[in-house]
Amino acid sequence: MRNNKSLFTNIDWTLVSIYLVMLFFGWLNIYAANFGEGTHDLLSMSTEPGKQLFWIGSSFIWILLILIIDGKFYTTFSYFMYAITILLLIGVLVVGKEIGGAKSWYAIGSFSMQPSEFAKIGTLLALSKYLSTLNINLDLMSTKIKALAIIMAPIFFIMLQPDAGSAIVFASLFLVLFREGISGVYLVLIGLAITLFLLTLTLQVQTATIIVSSLCLLFGILLKKNRKSLKPAFLSLIFAIGFIQSVGYLYNEVLRTHQKNRIDLILGKIDDVHGAGYNLHQSKIAIGSGGFSGKGFLEGTQTKFNFVPEQSTDFIFCTIGEEWGFLGSLFTIGLFLLLLFRLIHLAERQRSTFSRVFGYGVASILFCHFFINIGMTVGIVPVIGIPLPFFSYGGSSLWGFSILLFIFIKLDAYRMDILH
Amino acid sequence: MGTGKHSSRRVFFYFLFGVSTLLLLISLFRIQILDPSYKLSANSNVIKAVTVYPERGYIYDRNGALLVSNQRAYDLMVTPRQVDEIDTLDLCNLIGVDKAYFNKQFKRAKKYSNHRASIFLKEISKQTAAQLQERLYEFPGFYLQERTMREYPHKSAAHVLGYVSQVPDYVLEKSTHYKKNDNFGMTGVENSYEKELRGTKGVQYLIRDVYNRPKGSFQQGKYDSLAMNGQDIELSLDIELQQYAEELMKNKKGSIVALEPSTGEILSLVSSPYYDPNLLVGRSRSPNFNRMYKDENMPLFDRSLLAEYPPGSTFKLLNALVGLQEDVIYSGTKFSCDEGWRFSPKLKIGCHPHASPLNLTQSIAQSCNAYYCYTFRRIIEKYPNTEVGYNRWRDHILSFGLGNFLNNDLYTGRKGRVPDVDFYNHQYGKKRWKAPTVISLSIGQDALVVSPIQMANMCAAIANQGHYYTPHIVRKIDGKPLSDSTYTIPKYTSIDKKHFKTVIRGMERSYTSRYGTARGARIKDIEICGKTGTAENPHGEDHSIFIAFAPKDNPKIALAVYVENAGWGSTWAAPIAGLMIEKYLSNQISNPELENFILSGNLISKDDEKQ
Repeated sequence: MRNNKSLFTNIDWTLVSIYLVMLFFGWLNIYAANFGEGTHDLLSMSTEPGKQLFWIGSSFIWILLILIIDGKFYTTFSYFMYAITILLLIGVLVVGKEIGGAKSWYAIGSFSMQPSEFAKIGTLLALSKYLSTLNINLDLMSTKIKALAIIMAPIFFIMLQPDAGSAIVFASLFLVLFREGISGVYLVLIGLAITLFLLTLTLQVQTATIIVSSLCLLFGILLKKNRKSLKPAFLSLIFAIGFIQSVGYLYNEVLRTHQKNRIDLILGKIDDVHGAGYNLHQSKIAIGSGGFSGKGFLEGTQTKFNFVPEQSTDFIFCTIGEEWGFLGSLFTIGLFLLLLFRLIHLAERQRSTFSRVFGYGVASILFCHFFINIGMTVGIVPVIGIPLPFFSYGGSSLWGFSILLFIFIKLDAYRMDILH
Repeated sequence: MGTGKHSSRRVFFYFLFGVSTLLLLISLFRIQILDPSYKLSANSNVIKAVTVYPERGYIYDRNGALLVSNQRAYDLMVTPRQVDEIDTLDLCNLIGVDKAYFNKQFKRAKKYSNHRASIFLKEISKQTAAQLQERLYEFPGFYLQERTMREYPHKSAAHVLGYVSQVPDYVLEKSTHYKKNDNFGMTGVENSYEKELRGTKGVQYLIRDVYNRPKGSFQQGKYDSLAMNGQDIELSLDIELQQYAEELMKNKKGSIVALEPSTGEILSLVSSPYYDPNLLVGRSRSPNFNRMYKDENMPLFDRSLLAEYPPGSTFKLLNALVGLQEDVIYSGTKFSCDEGWRFSPKLKIGCHPHASPLNLTQSIAQSCNAYYCYTFRRIIEKYPNTEVGYNRWRDHILSFGLGNFLNNDLYTGRKGRVPDVDFYNHQYGKKRWKAPTVISLSIGQDALVVSPIQMANMCAAIANQGHYYTPHIVRKIDGKPLSDSTYTIPKYTSIDKKHFKTVIRGMERSYTSRYGTARGARIKDIEICGKTGTAENPHGEDHSIFIAFAPKDNPKIALAVYVENAGWGSTWAAPIAGLMIEKYLSNQISNPELENFILSGNLISKDDEKQ
């Protein structure tokens, strides 16, 4: 019955429309960020807007391929793709080109390819495949560990590059496990861990230890009649103190100076607009100077004159903020929120676990990119170099995100054909 | 494979995405709408207000010769706040300063303002600036500001023209027109015509990128204002005459002031020793200024306007005129002279040997002292008491522009001194002095002092037979003649015109008479009227003085020559005056030997020069 269907039957046009609007608006801003540098022909292949047009065009070819290929392909070959992913991640450590102190890129001729962008696809496919195994029980520790291992393997190799930003994105896949039934306790524990983490960094190790101990003591006094709960309370105190100490160790001994600076800037511990804080400061100036309705297309001075670093890749949102103002920010963020809500909505209507997990995975990855990227430009998240999906300049990321999104669109269009 | 099992957990995702989005929107609302400071930061990031300096007006002489023009120079400016980590040593080498100087300048700039640009190194040459400009992007916080520097093609008339420097603090405090480091005329015409010469500054708002490279004008120059160039000025100075005068005064201390009697225009104004005005331009100004400031011959001191000397025997002319006006003598009045005038055994004014008695013209030509002692006494004693008589005499003298500022367009000047009654009352006691007490006034000594320009003006008043125009240095501003009535309305002396003839004849006789004091300085075919003078100098040899005008009828030039420590007026000052007159009137020199003698004369001892 599939044979008489056209390629675009059952396609979710809402997602496709959001995708196209994002690509168009993103490209306009890449054009604006490069405008005014004395370039006459911004559409030539030697400029970023010109190259980005090529990336957009080639993404459409990928999309066409994805829509043509049978939906079964993704379930069938998911582990195979995962294996290729891991091999690519290992390979880049050996033959990769070192850019900015990290071996994250394959250089092929004049083009470069970032395997971690494609690793998201393979990893998500494998995770979806594993979680859609018949009779899987996430309550079992072994299941949890296996699922965790699928996510942790690429993180491990990416950390070796090292590329902390991409690694954090992979960690967002834990959210999918929560949807699939893992206990909420883990989510609470992660929340507590993040709180403790921030507490430790803001207040130093000793102070954090004292506060946590006092809280436990308070609980102990309150619970003194209930002797049973004393033991777990004591254990969690030991654990908390251990955690604080290791965070302290991590921060002081493992993190490099620039990473520490980025965290300290967000926590307000240092305020240095010329040194470590320069990028963030300039980023906020660019966005802030846009005001309510922006300076107008191609009228932004901060991004155009290179006050903002990486203005067409990681800091593309500065151009949006400066030239389109708060209205532009609202529009962009609105598009993302719409995209994310739509993804969750569609994921929930899937009959197959595979498709659902994949949908949630796409949503989690896009959310992670979106929140961290815009969050860092406005200074509520430390500067982490990850792109804004569909907006930032760059072939690997655009291909990666497009493939990710359209595999899900294909799975969604294919949902009626799946017998579950 | 259960779909519905945990499907309620989707709410968590909606919540997580919603709250996160809200968080971003709140942050954006805060920095884009609530906090206006980012807008200002953005502007200060990219918009730089650059002062456009107007070109300072040019200065020409009376014949259209260019005396002062402009040359391009650059100031290296620094905004300390914008200075990032730069290769200091590299910059030092580029601009040719050492590290210590660099640090000193940077500290100074920082002290002035961390946010506002100030001069780091002023007046860099075009070549250095060109090299620097190419690499300026490597040194954020630094930029080049174009400015103009003066240039003096004739290397002459330094005192008249004055010099331009960075505006001094006392001007900055009073005037809103100037900003620190602006140009300002410190002395000379540059100072007295500062308002006309300076022009109006303009402002250009430029957009600059993160490397401080200019990226065009802000909003198509909507807020820019144009610089208005300064006005050109034509001086009354004759630069050829000025340069000749300077040559004549080479290796001598003193002054020459030459005026056009019919207008009061200054033809030449020389103070010697003089210097090349180009020495006080640019970065060498400071060291040159300090060196000259310490020079014991005081080249920076403008003797023509500021030196005060006794007028000596030249003053006899005025006493003769006052005597005639007061009817105490007439042209035929004779006084005998027995090598001087004796009042008492203690009080005697000596005189050189000459025939006796002499009439008025002879007394001028031969400069008899006794004649004027008698005349002066008669003037004062004509009145019932000394004070009344003295004031009467003094008023006549003041009417020649002595004893007070000339109120002209020169940047400085001195009153000189014609002592008043109080002065002598204070010195001798009220009613304790009489004409003989102050008898030296008759021969231009005592407490009487005048400046060279006052002397020249006095000479012009005699040449004009009773009036003078306030001496002035500027003829035209921006092509338009001076309209100030100070310079166009004649000032009359209190002496009737008819009395001048006799005196002028006497001045002529000093050349033509066999015994005339200026006989040796005669010039063929030119009727010169002159008067020698010798000012007693308690510190050393007397000053040689001469005033003269020519031609006798319808005079074209009147001048005063002072040569310090040169002895008799007839030795140095008279020949110099003669050469000046000949040069100006006929543009040739009939007596090259005399010229040569003067040019090679060195009255500043060589030992002095070595020190």
